[in-house]
Amino acid sequence: MSTMTYRELWCSSPRYWAGLALLGALVLIGLGAAYYMEHQGHYVTGMNNHIVWGLPHVFAIFLIVAASGALNVASIGSVFGGPMYKPLGRFSALLAIGLLAGGLYVLVLDLGRPDRLVVAMTTYNFKSIFTWNIFLYNGFFLIVALYIWSMIDRTAKWAYTPLGFTAFFWRLALTTGTGSIFGFLVAREAYDAAILAPMFIIMSFSYGLAFFILALLAAFWWAGRAIGDLRLTKLKNLLGVFIGAVLFFALVYHLTNLYITQHHGLESFVLLDGGIYTVMFWLGQVVIGSIVPLFLIYSPGFKTSRWAIAAASVLVLAGGFFQLYVLVIGGQAFPMPLFPGQEVLASTMLDGQIAPYTPSVPEFLLGMSGIVVAMTLVAVVSRMLQVLPDSLEDEQER
Amino acid sequence: MSNQTEQPDLERRGFIGKTVLAAGAAVVAPGVLVSVAGAGAKTDGADPGKRYGLLIDTNKCAEGCTACVTACNEEHGIDLMQKPEGLDEAQWQQQKPQWIRKVKLQDNLTGRVTNLPLMCQHCEFPPCVDVCPTGASFKRADGIVMVDRHTCIGCRYCMMACPYKARSFIHQEVEHQTVSAPRGKGCVESCNLCAYRLDYGADNTACAEACAAQGHNAILFGDLNDPNSELAQALSSAASRQIRGDLELNTGVRYTNV
Repeated sequence: MSTMTYRELWCSSPRYWAGLALLGALVLIGLGAAYYMEHQGHYVTGMNNHIVWGLPHVFAIFLIVAASGALNVASIGSVFGGPMYKPLGRFSALLAIGLLAGGLYVLVLDLGRPDRLVVAMTTYNFKSIFTWNIFLYNGFFLIVALYIWSMIDRTAKWAYTPLGFTAFFWRLALTTGTGSIFGFLVAREAYDAAILAPMFIIMSFSYGLAFFILALLAAFWWAGRAIGDLRLTKLKNLLGVFIGAVLFFALVYHLTNLYITQHHGLESFVLLDGGIYTVMFWLGQVVIGSIVPLFLIYSPGFKTSRWAIAAASVLVLAGGFFQLYVLVIGGQAFPMPLFPGQEVLASTMLDGQIAPYTPSVPEFLLGMSGIVVAMTLVAVVSRMLQVLPDSLEDEQER
Repeated sequence: MSNQTEQPDLERRGFIGKTVLAAGAAVVAPGVLVSVAGAGAKTDGADPGKRYGLLIDTNKCAEGCTACVTACNEEHGIDLMQKPEGLDEAQWQQQKPQWIRKVKLQDNLTGRVTNLPLMCQHCEFPPCVDVCPTGASFKRADGIVMVDRHTCIGCRYCMMACPYKARSFIHQEVEHQTVSAPRGKGCVESCNLCAYRLDYGADNTACAEACAAQGHNAILFGDLNDPNSELAQALSSAASRQIRGDLELNTGVRYTNV
């Protein structure tokens, strides 16, 4: 068996620095948008007292969920002993850290008082799942950083397996915590369901792997290195399984709701007459995010097509974004059941009505820059540490 | 040996050093500007033997009357807030704070119409308090649920959790406010049963007072724990219910004839 060599992301200066400058410019735009929203107040956004979590939250939750999923490739290598995945472990762990940082960056900058972050870090209410998440997120950074160290430093090899297991269980806890942000909300019909926690875990598998495949292809293209078809096919087939699993959970979630008379209104809102939310569910989550990528992945015509693998990954991410949009925004837009059996004739708080929400440009720019922050972090650290294999050609493996 | 400039290791150190320096500066600079807000003792003065609440008789709540809403808006300086320049009127209606609102209902089967005011229900087990990460959302010893605006970080998780849509987020800069109802951009607020009035010896809320002044007397304020209070007497003599009683939050605000 040949030895795997890792090397920093090193390409010609203009190629690297121009890329980094582009990323930096996009981050600056996002920071500008955040400053504008913070300075003016949230009135410049589309958010209101009904839709209190808007587009930035969709981006933030999307990135946080994907972060834990991106670590899966490393976990398969160390926890489940998959030799094909082992060389990808370092990059997978780094991407996980990057995505989490990007998500938290958006989450914090969308706070009403981001300047009080220090209050959030020092004053706790341990009944709040948000408080637990603060520990889960910070712990994730620490554990995964140590995990990367145990993979890189040969003298730390003894720590590799225990850290691999710790990181794996920690990431499960982290996604459970993120899913529980919604699962614990008794007030709203779309949430308040224990299935949201495992559903978030399986969503993280899918989005995280899609992010990983894209980041890997991009980094190798940037550095001008080669990846063999065998390994990519493995990753791609795994993605197919995860897409199916997310669909299964979505099916169970909706079938359960359809059985319960009380939730028929919500289900008809999402599945039939919810306007943009119905379109996002069927066209966004089901067709674009699941059926088309499954076709691209399993169709014999695209067996080793890089283009098809990348396209499938992009579509999975788009579908995941729509799925979270329907859950986060749609779940708030649907009226809360305050007076069952009665129709609300008048209310200044839109009781009984679908709440309006139109995302604003600054919200979008802040959200997008979260993804860019993740990419920038990965690009910078990849140049510092030996996280990327020199080559992933098939012959090298066996 | 290959060309030195092609070797990553030689330039790596410089790259790492500069990046760490830049990241360090970016982290420390804003930190210098941050000041830690100190929160005062939350339960000072509140009597743990009491539990304040309201009883709303919807039969007495008159259609078209918004005296309680107007009184609340004046009491808590909500009427001092202006629509930000350039903001769409419809969006302003969805963004401005509302501590109390009038709701008109019609029964799907019988067609009976009901009017009622809806505000924070001052739950014994408030979901907003459960979810608040910093403990800014809290319940006083006398049962009043309110927000400590020194520790509220504006995450809006309480608004996600409240089953009554009773909370409002301050979406803009606040120019005018009353001394008794401090308000700040980026924080959440809601009905506090006129806590400061009670703390200064008053025995009624602004909304109940205004309703009585109109001659409706649909809102009755008092101590749920005092069996001799008018409120407790009224509750023991007539059937009342909690809105979303299924959640078993044991609300401090009760309704009759709804």
